[in-house]
Formats: sequence, C-alpha cells, structure tokens
Amino acid sequence: MISPAVVLGASFGYLLLLFAIAAWGDRRAAEGRSLIDNAAVYALSWGVYCTAWTYFGSVGRAATSGVWFLPIYLGPMLAMLLAWIVLRKMVRISRVYRITSIADFVASRYGKSPLLAALVTLITVIGIVPYIALQLKAASAGFHLLTGAPGSAPAAAWWRDGVFYVALALAAFAIMFGARHLDLAERHEGMVAAIAFESVVKLAAFLAVGAFVTWGLFDGMDDIWAQARTVPELSALFRLDGGGEPFAYAEWFSLTILSMLSVLLLPRQFQVMVVECVNERRIRRAAWLFPAYLLAINIFVLPIAVGGLLVFGPGAADAETFVLSLPLSQGAAAIALLAYIGGLSAVTGMLIVETVAVSTMVCNDLVMPSLLRLDRFGNRAGGDLTRLLLNIRRVAIIAVLMLGYLYFRIAGEAYALVSIGLISFAAVAQFAPALFGGMYWRGATWAGAFGGLLGGFAVWAYTLMLPSVAKSGWLPIGLVEHGPFGIELLKPERLFGLTGLDSLTHSLFWSLLVNVGLYVGLSLARAPAAREASQALLFVDVFRRGGAEPVFWRGRARLDDLKALARRFLGAARAAAIFEEEARGFGPPTPERVADARLVDRVERQIAGAVGAASARVIVASVVQEEPLTVDDVLEILEEASQLRGYARALEEASAELRAANEQLKTLDQLKDDFVSSVTHELRTPLTSIRALSELLLDAPELGPAQREEFLQIIVAEAERLSRLVNQVLDLAKIEAGGAEWNWTEVDLRALVTEAARATSELFRERGAAVALDLPDTVPALRADADRLMQVMQNLLSNAAKFAPRQGGRVEIALREEGDGLVVSVRDNGPGVAPEDRAGIFEKFRQGGDEATRPPGTGLGLSISRQIVEHLGGKMWVESEPGRGACFAFRLPLHPEREPHERESADR
Amino acid sequence: MSAKVLIADDESNIVVSLSFMMKREGFDVLVARDGLEALGLIRRERPRLVLLDVMMPGMNGFDVCEAVRADAELRDTRILMLTAKGRDADRARGIGAGANAYVTKPFSTRDLVAKIRDTMS
Amino acid sequence: MKGARRPRTAVLIALCGAGLALVNFPLLALWDGDATILGLPLLPVALFLIWGGLIAALALASEGGEGGAGQGGEEP
Repeated sequence: MISPAVVLGASFGYLLLLFAIAAWGDRRAAEGRSLIDNAAVYALSWGVYCTAWTYFGSVGRAATSGVWFLPIYLGPMLAMLLAWIVLRKMVRISRVYRITSIADFVASRYGKSPLLAALVTLITVIGIVPYIALQLKAASAGFHLLTGAPGSAPAAAWWRDGVFYVALALAAFAIMFGARHLDLAERHEGMVAAIAFESVVKLAAFLAVGAFVTWGLFDGMDDIWAQARTVPELSALFRLDGGGEPFAYAEWFSLTILSMLSVLLLPRQFQVMVVECVNERRIRRAAWLFPAYLLAINIFVLPIAVGGLLVFGPGAADAETFVLSLPLSQGAAAIALLAYIGGLSAVTGMLIVETVAVSTMVCNDLVMPSLLRLDRFGNRAGGDLTRLLLNIRRVAIIAVLMLGYLYFRIAGEAYALVSIGLISFAAVAQFAPALFGGMYWRGATWAGAFGGLLGGFAVWAYTLMLPSVAKSGWLPIGLVEHGPFGIELLKPERLFGLTGLDSLTHSLFWSLLVNVGLYVGLSLARAPAAREASQALLFVDVFRRGGAEPVFWRGRARLDDLKALARRFLGAARAAAIFEEEARGFGPPTPERVADARLVDRVERQIAGAVGAASARVIVASVVQEEPLTVDDVLEILEEASQLRGYARALEEASAELRAANEQLKTLDQLKDDFVSSVTHELRTPLTSIRALSELLLDAPELGPAQREEFLQIIVAEAERLSRLVNQVLDLAKIEAGGAEWNWTEVDLRALVTEAARATSELFRERGAAVALDLPDTVPALRADADRLMQVMQNLLSNAAKFAPRQGGRVEIALREEGDGLVVSVRDNGPGVAPEDRAGIFEKFRQGGDEATRPPGTGLGLSISRQIVEHLGGKMWVESEPGRGACFAFRLPLHPEREPHERESADR
Repeated sequence: MSAKVLIADDESNIVVSLSFMMKREGFDVLVARDGLEALGLIRRERPRLVLLDVMMPGMNGFDVCEAVRADAELRDTRILMLTAKGRDADRARGIGAGANAYVTKPFSTRDLVAKIRDTMS
Repeated sequence: MKGARRPRTAVLIALCGAGLALVNFPLLALWDGDATILGLPLLPVALFLIWGGLIAALALASEGGEGGAGQGGEEP
C-alpha cells in the first residue's frame, strides 16, 4: 500500500509537468520553432488513441479471452496503411477550408448545414460522455487500489474526491492550452507536445511493468507460457476457440473494421491527426511509426494478463488492475506508482484532447447557432465577439468534463471498462459513410448524409445504448429480454429475429446498414442542390486545385460590412491583417467599395476557423446580398476556374521551357569557356619553350654547339606541335560549324586501310611494334570522303603506335562487313583505357593514360576522328580492359542516309 | 654552398629551358615531373625556391602550394607559380594559395630572372 | 513537391487488403494451433509477426523513395 498523500502528490506533480511542457510547446510555436513539426512527435500525439481503456482494459480482456484485445489495434494498423491516401486528403481539405472539428467537416461538405453540424455534435456528446466517465473511473479505481481503500466506488462526497480535482485540473489545462486564444486554425502546439509526452510516459510505464512481470516475477515469456500450459483454462487463452465456444469470426471482423474507422473518426483522433497537423507530409512517416507504437504498448499485454492469473489464481483478482496489483502484491511500490502515473497519463491525455475537441463542436455547432438567432446578437449588434467566443469555449470545456464526472458518479459501477469503449466506437463509426463518402462521391447529398446519420444513430441507440442502460437497471430489463410491449421481433439485441451475432456486431451491422442505405438511397433520390454540388467539388477534387480555386458565390457585399464582421469575430488586429494582405495582393479596393466573391469567400473561411463553417455561413449571409446559385452557375464557375488553371499551367510550362533554354545556354557558355581555356593552355605551352629557348640563344653567345643544337631542335619540334594544334583546332571548328568541305566519292575501304597502314609503317618500326592486317579480299565500296577517312585512320594508327609497349608491341588492324556497314578496328596491346575514362576519351583535350607517362599529343585527334565518322553517318567507339590493350573501332554505313551534296555545295 | 631550386613541371622542354636558366643563376637544380613528387622533394631537400607549374598530373600546383604553406617547417620556401592559364581567376587562386609570385607562360626569360631575384631578396 | 518521396497508392491499397485477409477468417484459423515458436504459443506470435510485417512493409513503401511519377490524378 502507498499512502494517499504520496499518490496524490505524484499525480499533481505529473500534472504540473504537463503544464510546463505545454507552456514550452506554445512558446516554441510562438517563436516559429515548432516542437511538433516532426513525424515522431506527430505519431506520438496519435498515441492518445491508447486511453485507460487500453492501459488497464487490454490486460483485463486478455485475461478473460486471450487474443481478443488485439483487433482494437490491428484495425488502426490497417487504417494507417491507407493514411497517406485518406488521412492526407482529410488534412488537406481541413486546412484549405479551415475545418476545425469532425462536425464541421461533415456539415461543410453537405452545404455548410448547421443542422447537420448539430446532429454530429449531439451524436458525439452522447457517444463520448460515457467514455469520459470511464476514464475518470479508471483513475479513481487505480487510486483506491494503490492506497488500499476498499472498492473502486467513489466512497467520499464529491468535494473530497481526488478524481474531482483531477478533472478540475484537466479543465484548467484544456482552457489554458486549448482555449487561451482564438486560433483560426484551432491548433494548439503546446497541448500536442504534452500529449506526445504523455504517450511516451504511458508506453514507458507499461513496458516497465511488463518487464517487471516477465523477468522479475517469471523467467521470461516462455516461462510464463510453460507455467500457463499446465493450467487448462489458461492454455485455452492462446487458442481461438479457447472458451469452448466456436470462435466468433464475425465479431473479430467487426471489431477490426470498427477500430479501423474509430482511429480516424473519434473526436480526439480527428483533433490530433487532422486539426493539429502542422505539415501533411509528416503523415508519410507517422503512418508507420504510430502502429509501431501500438505494437510496442501491446507486447506485454498477454504476459501481464497470464502472469497475473498465475500469481493470483484465475478469478481471484480483477484483471483490469493487474498492471497495478501485480507490482503492489510483490512489494514493488515504486513500479506500482510508476504504473499508476502511466495510467494517469493515459487518462489525462484522452480527457484533454477529447474535451477540447468536443467543446469546439459544442461551442461552434450547438451554442453559436442558438446565439445567432437571438436579437441581441443579431446582425447589426456591434462589438468584438472574440472574448465571448472564448468564454463559451471555456464554459463548454468545463461542462463536458463535469458531465463526464457526473456520469461517473451516477453510473460508476454500471459498466465494464471494455464494453463502454466499444459503444463509443460504434457511435462515431456512424460518421463513416457521410464523411468518407463525401470525400470521394460527388453525388452525395445533404439529405443522404442527414438521413443516414440520424437513422444509423437511432439504430445504434436502440440496439446498443438501450440494452446497456437497461442492464444497468435504469430501464426494465424486460425491454431487452422480451422486446418492447413483448414484441419479440423488436428485441434490441435480436432485431427482426437476427440471431447468431454478438450484440456489438449485431448493432454495428444494423446501424451501418440503415446508415449506408439511407445515405446512398436518399442521395440518389434527388440531385444535389447548387450549394451541395459546389462543396462536393471542393472536397472531392481538393488535390486537383493548385491555387486557382473556384469561388462558388455570387452577389453583392459592401466592403465596410465585411470589415465590421471580420472585426467582430476575428478581432481588430486579425481583421486588419486580412484586408491589408488583400489590398497588397489585389490592389486597393474599388471606389464603389464593393467586395468581390473571392474576398467574401476568404473572410467567410477565416470566420469559419473561429466558429465553424456552418455558423460562418449564417453570419456572412446576414451582411451580404447573395444571389442564389443554380447548379448551372456552379458548372459555369467551375469552367471559368479550370480555364484560369489552364492559363496558369501554360504560363508555367512556358517559363519552365525558358528556364531550361537558359540553363542550356549557360552550359554551352561554360563549355566554350573551358574550350578556350584549354586551347589557350595548349598553345601557350609550346610557345613557352620556344620563347624561352630563343631568348636564351640570343642572350648567350657563349653556348656550345651541342647545347645550341639541342635548343634549336626543341624549338623546331615545339613549332611543329604548335602548327599541328592550330590546324586541328581550325579543322575541328570547321567540322563543328558545318563549314568543312566534304568530298563525297566512292571509297574502297580495303585499299584505304592498306594505304594508311603503309603510310604509318615508319611509326611502328620506330616503336618496334608489329602490325597485323586482317582484311577480306573485297569489300563493297561506300560513299564517303576519302581524305577525311585517311585522317581518321592515321590518327587511330598513330595513337596505337604511341600507346603500344616499347617491347612486344603489337597492333592489329581489321576490316569486316557487318550488316549493311563496314567496321574497322585498330587493336593495340598497350595499357588500355580505364572504364571511368572511356566515356570522356573522345572529348577535346582528354588524353588517355597517366599524364606523366603518356606520349605527347594535342588531345584533339580522337575528337576530330569521331566528328568525321559521325558526319559520314557512322559511329566510333572504344572497347578496352585496363592492362589488356584498347580497341578503337568505327562503323560506316554502306548507304549513308545523308549524303547532302546539295548542302555541301551550298556551303561553299 | 649554392641554394637549391626545385623545378616542378610536366613539360620536359620547359624544364630544359628553366634548368638552364637556374644553373646559370647559380642554383642547384632539382626536377619534379608531378605534384606529389614535387611535394616529396620539397619536404626532403628543402629548396629555397620552387618554380611550380599549375597544371600537373596527380596533384596540381595550387594544392602543392597550399600544402607547403600549411607546413610550418617549410615556411621559408619561396614559391613562384608558373601557369599557361591566364584567367584572372587562376591568378587570384595562385596568390590565394600563398605563392610569392605568379608568372604567366610564355614568359620573358629576363623578366623571370628579375622576378626570381626579387623574390629571393 | 518536386522530388518528394511518396508511397504509391496502389501498393498501399494492396497492403491493406493483404492485412485485412491475414488477420481475419479464414486465414486467422491457420495461425491457431498447438505449435510453439521459441517456446511461445503460435497464435499470438503469428498475429504480432503479421503486425510487425505490415509495419515494415508500410515503412518500406513510405520511405523507399519510389519516385513521384505515376501517382494518378490525385496530385497537383
């Protein structure tokens, strides 16, 4: 047992830490250095999915039915596989249209309907308040267990109940970090940072308990299993049909689907995933980090459950509190306290986010519409309303939490932890058809959404909520057992005689059937009105619009009215900022001071961020003269927008082309610069020797004849090198510029190769290299320029001579007919060309081999040769393995495609 | 004992003319054909003066110059860079690398000798 | 968004279908047996392994840097 003072102290200490972290997060956000713009933090904030229901309830479930705790986490895994597709679209829609809650999302899609928003809010409140109560109950039960007080019921009067003060502290937190200022995007970075921290705490605490049980009380997981195996009712936990009954595959499947939907649709999940999303690209990584988090927090569920059953004996203790009671029973008070803090973090995280989310809905979609109807609040009443809005939000936070507390006090003992969570899940699952359908189906209408939601909710209430209320003893149980008025067909858990399903699957089946049926049926029955159709286009095609969005509004609005409106709902500073920005972007307002559709839409969206889309619609409509849109108008506006988009795209393409051309020019410029620089270098090098040695000869009459002759020989050689270079550069320039003269004649390549080999035989003899010719007896004649080809051959042969080794040098010249072309190859047994040099060897001034050892050359020969061959319609290449010689070859077509006599003559 | 000069250039004909000039000026002449060899000789032989070509295989003249300047023991080495690259950017790079003087090829032998004397004093 | 890595839609949908099939009837019945893996019962081990496998596959699909081309009309 731990003294209540210690537990309370630790609890409030933990809450203080949360306040500090949230304050830090808010400060960082204000400085523009977001703490939460990070996939890991984002994913951790999604961990708010794991509430006390996970923390305590999973173990309870595992202890009674084995792997049945898993579908609740496998569902989110499956949902996350689609997060990049579905969640990203939700985030994008919400960001573009300033949507701040799930009610807002649904209502906005179906024509910004206040009625729909109110219905969604109502379903949420009814579905979620018991869930909030459940969290408080878990905190209370844990506290009593830890301090050794009997039972988990709140024995003391409410003002002496610690849970009450926890709830108050959380309300304070939610107000401070969830409703301190009116944020148009409704984002709360401090709160999210604290939630992410809570996710770390609960994971760490749960893992600590898991490790304590697995390796502290037992000798590893296999030991737990080995011991459990000997107890029949425990070993059954590891089989599907463990309880002796056939496995309920349908229930398993419906749990998977249910949790798959809930992980996106629970108000707290929508808040952290969609509303608080800083950067939609973070979804990519968070989508797999989050299931990994879930997996980690579930690893020890079975070991703790089975371990607890082994320690206490089956049925001897409440399995839902094993996390606390196991360490406590072993005297490990510190672990128990840590486990309690972990549980508290699960409770507080859920409560904070859920309350902020629900209070936003209550304020925007229940309270605001009623206020807007009041005269005092009417259109012309002046004054800044932002403070009032905030206060409504704050009151709503306190109200939601107190409602939860009240529920907990009244119904504290009525439900098992697990069932209530599922009831909530099933309630929010009703949003799925309207929400997901609306994102992908343009034809869905308001009537369909409203009918589906209402019908689904009614069936849910009748088949799931009502039986649980009856089982709590607040309604005659006969209602469930025999049906209302004894009508068997209407038994809530056996509707129309449908048997063979558990109550959850039964309810989910009927409610979603009715929901989807009405949604689709009513949508198909009547074509969408203009406002629904326009919103449908905005939602479904949200990714298609880049900037040029159509504005579905026509009418007249006075600028001053709009300004006054913005001031009232957004505050003076923000309103001024909007109109200034507008004036900067689109010039000063027109003299008539009339606002155009785009500005009206913009102001409406900003106000929607503060009070929700539906209320914003009503508010804006009160000061403007709106012309009703027809579906034809919608199509016309869309057409205009897509034309604008077309222009924008054409413009973008044109500028991209320009950019590319400019890049290319720059590259060419760079190449030219490099070429000039290289040529300069190659010209200056021989000039240097010539000038220096000539000057030395001039200045030093005392030089001996031998020295004199050496210098003069060098001068002559370098002068030859210089003229060779000049010729080649000119040659290359001519070929490249297309100004060279080409003398096309019939060429016998066999004769030409033989002649080239004869002409260069002196080079090979000097080098001591053997030359082998491998030529067919005859080859077809081809049309080419014989002189240029001779230049190519001589270049290849002199290269081969240069690179052949001084001893054992061998050069093979081959000519053969291949297809409709002739291939000439010159193979040497020199050092070869390294693979990395092969591509560049034909470039100007690139010379093969190590510069220190290679023979002299201008570095232009191969480049010119290739240009010639290509001009003749052929191609030239090199094959080589380093150390095993190189083979330069070229192929010429027998019938060149271009033999442009007319062009060549025109060139002259 | 006469001072040592290192001529680092990969063009043998230029080396012929430079070594002739340097011998006439009374230096002991060492020759390197690439950057690495040059750096090795500078470290081993400690020449007073290095005539350093920029475009050399392996390690270019700028890198050799920077390596010498980074070595405190070699700080007395005078470096005169020779280059066939005449762009202003190359010149600036040479001075930036820590050369004492920078001469563009082709050079006048008299100017070069004058510059060397200047550098050595 | 030029050059941004993004998972391919078709791959994600295929993974989701595979996941749904692997953890439900009738494949679920395959993992149900008396066998043990490293001294641990088959059923939970199989479920956790499938789970981990899906996470790894998703991570691979998300981080693998499959090019942005061919994403269909959903992107601007």
